[in-house]
Amino acid sequence: MAETWQEIVFWVLAATIALAGIRVVTARNVVHAALYLVATLMSAAGLYILLFAEFVAWVQVLVYVGAIIVLMLFGLMLTRAPIGSGDFDNNQRPLAALVALAIFGVTSWILVQAFDGTEIGFARTEGTTSAQVGQEIFSKYVLPFEVVSVLLLAALVGAVLIARRDDTPHEGRVG
Amino acid sequence: MPISYFLVLSAFLFSLGVYGVLARQNAVLVLLSIELMLNAANINLVAFSAHFAEAGLGGQVFALFVIAVAAAEVGVGLAIVILLFRNRQTVDVDEMSYMKW
Repeated sequence: MAETWQEIVFWVLAATIALAGIRVVTARNVVHAALYLVATLMSAAGLYILLFAEFVAWVQVLVYVGAIIVLMLFGLMLTRAPIGSGDFDNNQRPLAALVALAIFGVTSWILVQAFDGTEIGFARTEGTTSAQVGQEIFSKYVLPFEVVSVLLLAALVGAVLIARRDDTPHEGRVG
Repeated sequence: MPISYFLVLSAFLFSLGVYGVLARQNAVLVLLSIELMLNAANINLVAFSAHFAEAGLGGQVFALFVIAVAAAEVGVGLAIVILLFRNRQTVDVDEMSYMKW
């Protein structure tokens, strides 16, 4: 019984992800595309909860939906580029669809062949708590964690440096 | 529940991202499509983490790392878009061909 409920929830979330994802890459308005991406990311967070990964789900909601999408909308606002009802596609749309279909066909065929009949045992993964994830990060994966911290710092400084308006005259730059 | 459901869904999401990167002209829309591809990878990581639960939660940990790297990537990417717009008054990636010979 629990298994059927999980299947129903999965199919609802998967349909939302697929339809909203299609709208992300076909929408005629950049803001609409960003908001459809919000729907896709929220449904992906639902999938993570279905897979007992509640910490990843809430980080997804906070970081992706809360921060990245807001950053995107701010980027649209700051650039004042045309955002509405334009044609934002180039002339290689059929070729791009062909490539995407080929990638989808090949990868899904290989994955289904490789993992056919493999079931996710929901019974034994119960209670994946955030405490266990924290334990894992700070025992096994300390070095990658620190590397990610350095990367975030570098990206922060780099983004400010790149986007800063450079008003100072250039002759004083070389010491 | 078969794990192949999650794998095919994430393959579909990834190919949508590939289509978006190839067919879109607006630089912000290209960044949105890259986010789709990163999420496809995350769905795979979390699904395998649930499947190989007795081997630890490495999949979930790496999904968190992917989210952090995606945040860094979007920050730098939007800074580049804003700089390009300030210098060229366009965000059309097909016109960014000044370094092409």
